[in-house]
Amino acid sequence: MPERQQQFAIRVRDLVVGFGRQIVLDHLSLDVRRGEILGLVGASGGGKSVLMRTIIGLVPRRSGAIEVMGQEIGETSDRGTQGAAGKWGILFQQGALFSSLTVRQNVQFPLRENLVLSQELMDEIAIAKLEMVGLRAQDGDKYPSELSGGMTKRVALARALALDPPIVFLDEPTSGLDPIAAGDFDALIGTLQKTLGLTVFMVTHDLASLTTVCDRVAALADGKIVAIGPMRELLQSDHPWVRAYFHGKRSQMLQPQMR
Amino acid sequence: MNSEPLLLATPSGDALELRPQGPWIAANVSALEALSRSVGVDVDRSRAVTLDMSGISALDTLGAWILEKMSRKAALSGRSPEIVGVADHFSGLMDEVHQVNRHTPAPAVLPNPVLLRLNDLGKATIEAREDITVFLQMLGALFIAVMGVVRRPRTLRLTSLVYQLNRIGFQAIPIVILITFLIGAIIAQQGFFHFRRFGAESYTVDMVGILVLRELGVLIVAIMVAGRSGSAYTAELGSMKMREEIDALSTMGLDPVEILILPRVAALVIALPILAFIGSISALYGGGLVAQFYGGMAPAIYIARLHEAISIAHFEVGILKAPFMALVIGIVACSEGLRVKGSAESLGRQTTTSVVKSIFLVIVLDGLFAIFFASIGM
Repeated sequence: MPERQQQFAIRVRDLVVGFGRQIVLDHLSLDVRRGEILGLVGASGGGKSVLMRTIIGLVPRRSGAIEVMGQEIGETSDRGTQGAAGKWGILFQQGALFSSLTVRQNVQFPLRENLVLSQELMDEIAIAKLEMVGLRAQDGDKYPSELSGGMTKRVALARALALDPPIVFLDEPTSGLDPIAAGDFDALIGTLQKTLGLTVFMVTHDLASLTTVCDRVAALADGKIVAIGPMRELLQSDHPWVRAYFHGKRSQMLQPQMR
Repeated sequence: MNSEPLLLATPSGDALELRPQGPWIAANVSALEALSRSVGVDVDRSRAVTLDMSGISALDTLGAWILEKMSRKAALSGRSPEIVGVADHFSGLMDEVHQVNRHTPAPAVLPNPVLLRLNDLGKATIEAREDITVFLQMLGALFIAVMGVVRRPRTLRLTSLVYQLNRIGFQAIPIVILITFLIGAIIAQQGFFHFRRFGAESYTVDMVGILVLRELGVLIVAIMVAGRSGSAYTAELGSMKMREEIDALSTMGLDPVEILILPRVAALVIALPILAFIGSISALYGGGLVAQFYGGMAPAIYIARLHEAISIAHFEVGILKAPFMALVIGIVACSEGLRVKGSAESLGRQTTTSVVKSIFLVIVLDGLFAIFFASIGM
């Protein structure tokens, strides 16, 4: 038992999620190993974000079990996400920064709400986090509306990492970034993952991210994980959807070496 | 093992050896801050400082930073701190933390408070001028849009106009009736109560009639519309601005003033006189009910007195003001909406400004009209 806990950061078993008559996730099972970067791919509207939001307790589930860091995650209730602080950090697709707070206050927010520490230390930690994600201390005084897309993502990452959670969830971290910024962001995730020993659960469509930073890739189709493994193995997969995804015209055009 | 973080300080001659123990993580931050403060004096006193990290069981950015800060503090006063015994899986983090917070930004210079006040005053003055410019610009843009519609009547957004009329006119009728009814009743009650003392009860009807028709009916309704519909306009246009919908319209070669603002302002200009009329009648009815049940005046007498007391001129004075007030409310609400910047806070601020400003302007306008009508003898 303890061995298994050591090995897996997230274990999902027979998860069923649906809205009304529509079943989005159908008896889905997924293991995320500790300290790995797992990329999740799937069709748009196919339930990737739903899976992520179910694990973090934002979407109620019909049945199934979810275990994070060896701890069972209970059914969602009104206050179901309480006590989640410090367990995981989440980078939302649009950043979800609080628009009435400065960048520095945004990063300090989880610290202020969950810990008792002096303002001086809080300022230093906030600046340290900002510098770790590649921003400058001066950027701390800006408001979210003054940031570019790439900076917003970096600030959101700094906020997600504020409490040094063991797991971070990234929802399409490179969407809306130019290839250079996206590449930098991938590198940043890789570096932080090594320094902080993070487990990263990344929903993405970016083939470059999948090849460069992800240790393993999981493919979600028809409400199930149809293939999981290193990128090499997924390219060999003969599941029709996975083949279409990685060997479609667009993928071939972008990644001719994959052939 | 250790669930509480510790910091063991062993002085040996001039040297000081610090041995942090246990989990140095964010959850224990209060204890860590206290620990790092407690050894401050010892660090100051000794010449060489060694930080032995082999006892640390868990470390995160926060803990690493506190350690780094201690070593930096030691380095600052000329001692060379030495960090030893860093476990392999912590070395990356320690290196990373070693890089950060190197460039402390220049502390913000606090300006003279008197100058700050003067600065604010100057800014407010310039902003007030800007407000007038924005108001006139919007008035001009509306005029151009109206001219465009006059030239090509088909460009009038009829669906939008009817929709807005329903929303701000028709749906506002119940609340307008309720509030003006109460106001009329209260004025009549006060009139009977105070006029009774010198036997002038019958003049209550004159007071209610003139006050309601000339001033209160339209003013109360205008204030309600500013709060109810003006704020909605500002919030709608503001969120459209935030989501770049207005920019999208402009890039399609369409005029946002013609499509979004003209139907809204036109709906207000049409609806407000109607609402003011309904409100005035409702207030007179409220006054009549009070006259019957509180003042003991039969309805027939109330109506007869009303006939004597008021003329069509009183009604005209009131109702003529309504479209102008509507125009002011509409222009302020729409131009404030277009001034919304990216944040949610800005949307709230602009909505508040819109309501406050339009109510203020409505009352100022009412005062100007009072002067105007007095001088032409109406």
